[in-house]
Amino acid sequence: MIGDKPKGVRAHSPLAYPALMLGIFFIIPFGIMVAVSFFHREPGGFYIPGFEVTNYQNLYTALFGRTLMFSLFIAGLSAAVCVSIGFPFTYFITRMRRQAQVVWLVFLMSVLSLSEVIVGFAWSLLLSRTAGLSNILVWLELMDKPAAWYPGFTALLFGICYLAFPYTVLVLYPPLSRLDPALPEAAQTLGASPLRTFFTVIVGSLRNAIVASFVMVFVFTLGVYLLPQILGRPRHWTLSVLITDQAIYQTNMPMAASMAIFFMIVSLLLVALTMVVGKGKTLKGG
Amino acid sequence: MGKTLRIFFLGIILFLLCGPLVVVSGVSLNAKKRLFFPPDGVSLRWYQELLTEKSWLIPVQNSLTVATTSSLIALSIALPLAYFLWRYRVFYARALFTLGISPFILPPVITALGFLSFWVTIGFYGKMIATMISHAIFFVTLPLVTISLGFESIDHEIVEAAETMGADSGTVFKTIIFPMIRPYMISGYAFAFVLSLNEYIVAYMVAGFTVETLPIKIFNSLRYGYTPVMASVTVVFVLLAALIFGLIGRFGDLPKLLGAMNPEEK
Repeated sequence: MIGDKPKGVRAHSPLAYPALMLGIFFIIPFGIMVAVSFFHREPGGFYIPGFEVTNYQNLYTALFGRTLMFSLFIAGLSAAVCVSIGFPFTYFITRMRRQAQVVWLVFLMSVLSLSEVIVGFAWSLLLSRTAGLSNILVWLELMDKPAAWYPGFTALLFGICYLAFPYTVLVLYPPLSRLDPALPEAAQTLGASPLRTFFTVIVGSLRNAIVASFVMVFVFTLGVYLLPQILGRPRHWTLSVLITDQAIYQTNMPMAASMAIFFMIVSLLLVALTMVVGKGKTLKGG
Repeated sequence: MGKTLRIFFLGIILFLLCGPLVVVSGVSLNAKKRLFFPPDGVSLRWYQELLTEKSWLIPVQNSLTVATTSSLIALSIALPLAYFLWRYRVFYARALFTLGISPFILPPVITALGFLSFWVTIGFYGKMIATMISHAIFFVTLPLVTISLGFESIDHEIVEAAETMGADSGTVFKTIIFPMIRPYMISGYAFAFVLSLNEYIVAYMVAGFTVETLPIKIFNSLRYGYTPVMASVTVVFVLLAALIFGLIGRFGDLPKLLGAMNPEEK
């Protein structure tokens, strides 16, 4: 029967293969990475087993600190932009007819699946001198001659938001589509304006979902790797770029591993912190 | 909110989402090897080059091989796990489920570095099999989540009725469970396939210099000389994704797959 406790080896047999695959190819790699972060680095790209915290101590540099802060800053900023635009947008989508919803969702999924390199390439074209938006402005006689609008911080922010926006909508979609339509209707019957209804009733009752979505989009954008290299300047490079650089070009695996683990701990801590703050607010707000 | 305001807002978003795609499609039609928009003359030669030029054909083949097999492996891991979790709600199955969705939640560079250190250690760094298995683990989340949704939609009473009538678990799986979760398996496979085609950092870290996938090839051409082929391959990718998701939207229940409840009521 369903919900029973599995009895014996035979009942457990379906679990063997997934457990083996995830164990060998996810837990072991992770374990190796943790181990390597404590290994000793030999000059010339090799490392020998050992236990030392030197790699973690070496993280304490201005470059690492600045890169970490910038990664967190741009991820937080783009997550905030995405959620504040994505929330009303998703709300409108969920109120459409089912057929229209499917069309929008297919479109958003197609954009979402685009590789970072494609998004970066597309935006670099859009902001370029030869094929970009500025040509349209010249044609409309709003500008004298076309200009290149990248690389730069704004270009990078646009690129990241473009990458993360469909993801934001898909994260916000379940809670918003489950929102009881009677709720806003009741508020409007009682005389609230549509705008007021939106901000008090809809935003208010979904505060937790908004915080959770912000965290998910934040972690998603923390991972950007190619966009900073395509749309940004070297000072806009994120931690993902730094880690890959250490691993592939400097062949310093222990350093890269310790960076990655530090990065993971910081992002998990931030997620936990945001969750706690979000909960505290709901308790106070009722 | 006013209707005009709403349409205006949706229009701006649509414009922003389409903008880059329109420019890329335009650039892909250039007659000369230039990235102009609007295009300078119209030709389809960059699409042709994608299928005839060896330097593009090999990444196309690599990407398709990796995506096809890795999503198949992902599916094979997800199916028994989702089945077991639905059948027996025990903590260690749930723990394994959490493990299965974690590569998707962490910043990808962390998982990618884990894979790199693993494949270097066992001596498979730079081999295609390393890219395939890494992608399979990296994207196992997608079939896992969709198939679990499928299992949740199965009415327990049907299964119990079959068991009362004497069907063993193999027969129940073949005649009842499998047909009901098949659409969810297909969508899970399709999601993993499309994302694997577009994935960069894991493929790059694990075998970036030997197994060149399409995203790696595009990035390399971005650095070492632009060509309109990059635009044409982008257009093909967008159309392929739109086709696959369109099919899911047409024949499957996309709103439900994405987490909406009570789709019939809308």
